[in-house]
Amino acid sequence: MASQVDALYIYLLLVSGVMTALIFLSVLVLAIKYRRAPGHRARQIEGSTVLEITWSIIPLFVMMTFFVWGAVIYFQERTPPADATEVYVVAKQWMWKIEHVEGQREINELHVPIGQNVKLIMTSQDVIHSFFIPAFRIKQDVLPGRYTTLWFKATKPGRYHLFCAEYCGTNHSGMGGDIVVMEPQDYAQWMAGGPSAPLQETGKQLFTQLGCATCHRFDVQGRGPNLTGIYNKPVLLEDGRTVIADENYVRESILNPTAKIVSGFKPVMPTFQGIVSDEQLNALVAYVKSSSQPPPGTAGLQNQPATSPAQPQKMQVQ
Amino acid sequence: MARTVIPANQAPAPSPKLNYLNNGHSLKSWLLTTDHKRIAILYLISVTVFFFLGGFFAMLIRLELLTPQGDLMQADTYNKVFTMHGMIMVFFFLIPVVPAVLGNFLVPIMIGAKDLAFPRINLLSWYLYIIGGLLISHVMLTGGVDTGWTFYSPFSTEYTNTKIVEAGIAVFIAGFSSIFTGLNFIVTIHRMRAPGLTWDRLPLFIWANYATSLIMILGTPVVAITIVLVAVERLFHLGIFDPRLGGDPLLFQHLFWFYSHPAVYIMVLPSMGVVSELIACFARKRIFGYKFVAMSSVALAVFGFLVWAHHMFVAGISLYAAMIFSFLSFSVGVPSAVKVFNWTSTLYKGSISYATPMLYAFGFIGLFTMGGLTGLMLATLGIDVHVTDTYFVVAHFHYIMVGGVLMGYLGGLHFWWPKITGRMYPEAWAKLSALLVYVGFNLTFFPQFILGYVGMPRRYWQYPPEFQALNVLSTAGASILAAGYLLPMIYFVWSLRYGAIADANPWAAAGLEWKTTSPPPTFNFDETPVVTWEAYNYDEIPHKERRVPVAR
Amino acid sequence: MHDSPATTMEHEAHNPALLHHFADAQQQKNAASLGMWLFLVTEIMFFGGMFCAYLVYRLAHFNAFAAGSQQLSIWMGALNTAVLIISSVTVVLAVKAAEAGKRKVLVGYLVVTVLLGMTFLVIKGFEYREKFEKHHVPGSTFKFTNTFDDNGKQIPVNPKEAELFFSLYFAMTGMHALHMIIGCGLFSVLAVFAWKGHYTPGYFTPIENAGLYWHLVDIIWIYLFPLLYLISRHS
Repeated sequence: MASQVDALYIYLLLVSGVMTALIFLSVLVLAIKYRRAPGHRARQIEGSTVLEITWSIIPLFVMMTFFVWGAVIYFQERTPPADATEVYVVAKQWMWKIEHVEGQREINELHVPIGQNVKLIMTSQDVIHSFFIPAFRIKQDVLPGRYTTLWFKATKPGRYHLFCAEYCGTNHSGMGGDIVVMEPQDYAQWMAGGPSAPLQETGKQLFTQLGCATCHRFDVQGRGPNLTGIYNKPVLLEDGRTVIADENYVRESILNPTAKIVSGFKPVMPTFQGIVSDEQLNALVAYVKSSSQPPPGTAGLQNQPATSPAQPQKMQVQ
Repeated sequence: MARTVIPANQAPAPSPKLNYLNNGHSLKSWLLTTDHKRIAILYLISVTVFFFLGGFFAMLIRLELLTPQGDLMQADTYNKVFTMHGMIMVFFFLIPVVPAVLGNFLVPIMIGAKDLAFPRINLLSWYLYIIGGLLISHVMLTGGVDTGWTFYSPFSTEYTNTKIVEAGIAVFIAGFSSIFTGLNFIVTIHRMRAPGLTWDRLPLFIWANYATSLIMILGTPVVAITIVLVAVERLFHLGIFDPRLGGDPLLFQHLFWFYSHPAVYIMVLPSMGVVSELIACFARKRIFGYKFVAMSSVALAVFGFLVWAHHMFVAGISLYAAMIFSFLSFSVGVPSAVKVFNWTSTLYKGSISYATPMLYAFGFIGLFTMGGLTGLMLATLGIDVHVTDTYFVVAHFHYIMVGGVLMGYLGGLHFWWPKITGRMYPEAWAKLSALLVYVGFNLTFFPQFILGYVGMPRRYWQYPPEFQALNVLSTAGASILAAGYLLPMIYFVWSLRYGAIADANPWAAAGLEWKTTSPPPTFNFDETPVVTWEAYNYDEIPHKERRVPVAR
Repeated sequence: MHDSPATTMEHEAHNPALLHHFADAQQQKNAASLGMWLFLVTEIMFFGGMFCAYLVYRLAHFNAFAAGSQQLSIWMGALNTAVLIISSVTVVLAVKAAEAGKRKVLVGYLVVTVLLGMTFLVIKGFEYREKFEKHHVPGSTFKFTNTFDDNGKQIPVNPKEAELFFSLYFAMTGMHALHMIIGCGLFSVLAVFAWKGHYTPGYFTPIENAGLYWHLVDIIWIYLFPLLYLISRHS
């Protein structure tokens, strides 16, 4: 399908190129040939109805070829085959939540096998987004309150950009990801298996991928608390309680964020219940435990943990 | 060759010392004027201020986009910057500029009238524009708006916490400025033409403004009510577009684009009218196919109302609706093509001079052709699915708006500058500026076609690194373009004091405006002209050989 | 109706209302008339957006719309319709009085028109209050438990869709009421000018044009009434 779109585009480029060249050259040649010169007067020509009709009808016919070819492609794009496997997509500010029918869940990534018709059934939790895969030449707006669909069949393995293409607020340009197209056997393996990178490394990737970094920043105050070195430290809550930020606290904060709101923050964190698997939760906790190294240029921490094996190197001791 | 005798009372009058510019110097005589020419000057100043404001935001956008990361400003700030760029450029520059500046000045004079039909409403139009402008400026200074100029729901109605209602009121008020201008023009052209000036003798600039005015009065009220509905939804929680209440966000888009597509014809039609005047004068010929060019303006106005959903091909409209709108969108390309062909044909056997206005007219033809052809690509469903909401669209509409509308406006400003001010601009500097604009423009926006096709979405604060090279090219072009726009600011102002003094008809052009002094007296003509000749009677107008008009 | 006058400029010294940029009084009158008609077209387009929204949602949510409509006070709506139609008659009579040069009669009809307009607004006020009491005002206080009475059969409706009906009800009647207020203001000013003798048989264009405005606002109500109040009112 993508190659059909490209073929149509090249056809239009050629026709447009010819038209543009025609007009540019005509203007250039006429402007030079009939430049102002003493003794030469302009000749008043009223017009020519024949010419007018000709240069209205011929472009109209040419344009009809554009229309028909474009409409055929569009019809195919908007008519998913009956045998397509379905994948559910939920868009929200600012991430893509993908749920394979087999149960696999992904955030901002969509793994698909080659040669398989895939149909996306999409809705939005909030504002209008748009699911755009440039490499496949397809795009579909994702609306709240209803489903829209998109289908494709990937033919070459690889990683392809996924972009949000309908402006949706602060992190519209960060709401991207990848379509990961795999050979069928690799895809089957992916479906069955889990992550293979170091846990906190996976966690670090997840932290960015899941959009945690949008609000939990390490340099300036974001919408959420700075997570630098919070592990095993006391945390003051909105309701006046103080709790220790241990593994359970971190895990609960991800799955049920409104249970304990940190003092001075609003309850805007979305829940990741059902989004992150247990392995992913563990990876995130590991990452938060390890992230006690502030980036250069930021202030160090005032309070030191009493005993913690993973002492950060750059903390300022007071 | 026999000459039609031009009655003595129609020849340019000996220039009196008193003209519309020096007829009263007080601030009150300007701010409470009902003289359409003074109102045009008031618009000229205010529209220019907004142009540079919008341009400033454009500069910020291009600077941010030099690097793939968002490092010049925060994402929220960037979103506000491109929103304000769009809102200001669309509502406070592109829509009013040619009708309110050139149209206001020239429409009455070109038809031999003393003023527009409703001079006080004309002044009201300007004040509404200023009030809208002050409101939008206040919005900018107190946090801005971040919805994009298209303020789609539900983001604009439920999710953003920026000043949508106030911005909406600003646009609403500016919209009424537009409606009243259009109303004024229609009544003036219908009821106040000089004796003998039949419809088929009207200059094409008048036809263009007439068609534009039809769109203004029919389309603008629809966006006005759309803004009202968005505002009440935000303020009173009336759920018109809220899906949680059974509302439909797509209804917003239909109502919005029902105006906003015809709006682009409001922007481009008057500029096309300017181009017709320029080509006729600088080729010293009646425009080839006058009737067809006049009719094409009206056709654009009518057909322009039938194509709005081509902005919604991937929005979730039905397959069949998309096909109908695609088909209709091609048909609207025909009148535009007709104009381009007729302008080009006018050059055949002409006597062509390369004065700056003509250079801008050539620029318009070339760039509008490219913009229009890429419009056809967007009308093609299969292609639009890929390139909509990408930089391809951004490039397309900038080719029309900047390469088309703005070039036409600049050409017209140069052409009628001696009539408006009584002074000539410096030709060499003007030609240089035109060149800078042309080169800078293409360098800024052509790479964006490519960016869009390879997948860069619009309204992106950050982007993948592979898009950087084209973005850098685009920003480089923008700096050249900026220079091309700054120069006229300088030399036009310079010309007010030091420019060569112009006589009544420095270009030996046809048209009633050239039969009165430069600048014209307050009531335009000492006696109402009686028209007995066809438009663009260049074979009857002796051409002066000298290039620069002689001082009085 | 000729488009451009053939006369050269003449001074109508006896008509102080002639503005200097017009060639003659006829041109001025034609211009004012055309201007007002064009303005009315913009008003139709303005309300048209809301009628369009109404059309779309009524097709999508008919039952809820019918249920909402049945909750409106049909007698207040009908009374208001009668009031407006009578006020349009008084407007026509005012124009005739102006044409005949009957100053006091003119003022009388203008004042009656304003009073009828205010009557409309007062009745509307009572209606809105009733809506408020029944919790039919969209927003956080909205409650809708009524059903759609389809010839005796009670069809339950989604209260959210009913809220949509009431949103449109308030938006459309509210915008209409705003135009009525403007109309009343306009006619009050005209009544004062008429009393001062500004209008003569030779010049009463403002009365005519204001009359056109009033008639349009009336016509818009005549569409609003059945669309909002009379959905499925067989019983």
